[in-house]
Amino acid sequence: MGVIMNAKQKQRSKVLTKKQPLKGGQAVVKCLEKQGVEYIFGYIGGVAIPIFDALLESKIKLIMSRHEQGATHMADGYARATGKPGVVLVTSGPGAANTVTGITTAYMDSVPVIVLTGQANTSVLGKDAFQEADIFGITMPIVKHNYLVKRSEDIPRIIKEAFHVSSTGRPGPVLIDLPVNTTAGVCEAPLDPDVDLPGYTVSDKVNKSQIKEFARHFKGSQKPLLLVGHGVVISKAQKEIKALAEKLNAPVVNTLLGKGGFPETHPLSLAMLGMHGTAYANKALINCDLICSIGSRWDDRINGNNEEFCIGAKKLHIDIDPAEIGKIVKPDASLVGDAKAVVAELIKYVPKLDTENWLKEVNFYKKEYPLSYSLEKGLTPQFLIDELYKITKGKAIIATDVGQHQMWSAQFYKCDYPDHWLSSGGLGTMGYGFPAAIGAQFGKKRNLVVAIVGDGGFQMTMSELATVSINKIPVKILLLDNNYLGMVRQWQDLFFDKRYSGVDLKGNPDFVKVAEAYGIKGIQINSIKDASKKLKKALEHKGPVLIHAETIKEENVFPMVPAGKSVHHMFLEAPRSQA
Amino acid sequence: MNANTEQKIKKNIHTVSLLVANKPGVLVRIALVFARRGYNIDALVVSPTFDPRFSRMTITAQGDGSTLDQIIKQTAKLVDVLHSGEHNEDDAIHRELALVKIKNIPANRRFITQLLKRYKATVVNEDDKILIIEQSGTTKDLDELEKNIKKYGVIEMVRSGKLVMTKGREET
Repeated sequence: MGVIMNAKQKQRSKVLTKKQPLKGGQAVVKCLEKQGVEYIFGYIGGVAIPIFDALLESKIKLIMSRHEQGATHMADGYARATGKPGVVLVTSGPGAANTVTGITTAYMDSVPVIVLTGQANTSVLGKDAFQEADIFGITMPIVKHNYLVKRSEDIPRIIKEAFHVSSTGRPGPVLIDLPVNTTAGVCEAPLDPDVDLPGYTVSDKVNKSQIKEFARHFKGSQKPLLLVGHGVVISKAQKEIKALAEKLNAPVVNTLLGKGGFPETHPLSLAMLGMHGTAYANKALINCDLICSIGSRWDDRINGNNEEFCIGAKKLHIDIDPAEIGKIVKPDASLVGDAKAVVAELIKYVPKLDTENWLKEVNFYKKEYPLSYSLEKGLTPQFLIDELYKITKGKAIIATDVGQHQMWSAQFYKCDYPDHWLSSGGLGTMGYGFPAAIGAQFGKKRNLVVAIVGDGGFQMTMSELATVSINKIPVKILLLDNNYLGMVRQWQDLFFDKRYSGVDLKGNPDFVKVAEAYGIKGIQINSIKDASKKLKKALEHKGPVLIHAETIKEENVFPMVPAGKSVHHMFLEAPRSQA
Repeated sequence: MNANTEQKIKKNIHTVSLLVANKPGVLVRIALVFARRGYNIDALVVSPTFDPRFSRMTITAQGDGSTLDQIIKQTAKLVDVLHSGEHNEDDAIHRELALVKIKNIPANRRFITQLLKRYKATVVNEDDKILIIEQSGTTKDLDELEKNIKKYGVIEMVRSGKLVMTKGREET
């Protein structure tokens, strides 16, 4: 014991004599470097200065947003596109509070985001100090975990724990609140300490006998259906899912965030299911005799009415989060584990199924009820997204905002690759798409990144045009402008007797001029005739471009399953009385 | 309240025991899980365990059984929670402590002494105006004493909330 103490003391005195001890803020930055962080998306303020100060000596690049919400979505986009945690750094009070929407977005969609917030000095906490907000308390229900740092020496351990918790198991946001005296004070703790997480376990072992037992449930199924969710994308299990589908000869449907988990151009793919899913995916849902969800949480936009969901079909559920099992759907059998690990094992035991008739049936649905759009009334968003898909050969990373354009993008921009589809699915955050695309472009320099946004959502975070301009981020913005909050207008059209309230976006700016004001190229598309040519030209432009497309005003998204109804109530086009 | 509804509510009372890391904020995290799912916490006991790194929380709450399953899973998922589970009378010892302050009326003393004997309760403090009674036992024991002692003039009563410990070798 004495020897060990001596060695430790020696080491400490060495550090003290040879180098100045680190300040807490420097320790934060060093620990982030150790985690391989390339970028920090942030916005400064008084109590965050010690951390920003330390960034001056770091190779980590600071990306300044124009609003903390933008920074949080950028980190989220970076994380979704790269699979690595995105890091946000903001100040206390309003800075921290402005990250709440972004944190909730990341939480709902299981995205690893680390949010560092400055905080007032520990001596004044709870005394309503200037720019003091209890962000630790505020964010408790919207994070996977959070910390309020009380001592500088806890910084290295907490940062290490935060990255571990955020990126393992079911990923999620972790917030670290850093009072200014902890970052300005000296931190002598080792930078690579042991973590202290007795309550956090990630099971990465697969239980073979359980998987074998689970595989038996597939036996005898004549109409199996695989449901692929975000968990498949996060787990990078595309290869395994493809092998499973091909061995079972089972058609595959995917959720909005499951796009890319299974190639949507694969013959077995029925693409997206749910409220605005394809008719053939939803018809398969009605008629299957077995449904196996892999990494989806049976969200209400899929299930509609839980009581009538897949009646008579056997329900199987694979998820990494035990709390998802039985939360919405009571499965006949379930497996808890990482999609990639579990499915890799499952493939060995599932039987080959005779699904010839079933595939004939779903292929009939595909032929009979294809996705469609019309150009009769003028330029439609679906046409532009379809053209974008064709020009980019489906290879762009797409970040969408929320609303009609999001659903049309999901329908017409088929996704074959994981981490190529970024969309706020759970929270439905307007303003997400554009900053998320910026974050994705930082993470994926060589890829073409396109933000598909509407005129409503874009105006919520369009101040990030400055971030694009300063950093010369070659992101492409396809702005589909119908002068409406289209999705809500559609609901008012279909379910509220066309009583439009609060959806008219009269007063939209000249978006091309807005782009140009930031030094960004703006392109205007008004007609079907030159749409493709202009779109192509915009995508070929080396720098950032804003493509402003004025589309017809009152187009609705179909198919549609009304909220809270089962897929049996799906309509393929506007009811006759509406037409 | 008729006997039927009383019975119904009783049925929906659950006792959840959690082993948690002794860290700030852990109580709030757990309370949020209950509150969000419409569970009303009736009683809550938190205290350190034999190992000072951990605390034991015993929560008595009302709500339907299927929601409870979610609550247990959602609390178990919290990073600071090591274990979360429900316990019933069969698998665990349940105990509660009550302190009852009643009027000290000499004429009642004989009846009170009898009651205390029956419920293994003791007088822990007294003066010429009041008596403080301490009782430990099952919730049912405490309820019964409360009911029977009412007529002697209860001034106030404080109950600790329930503690549970699993029977046998298994840890709670």
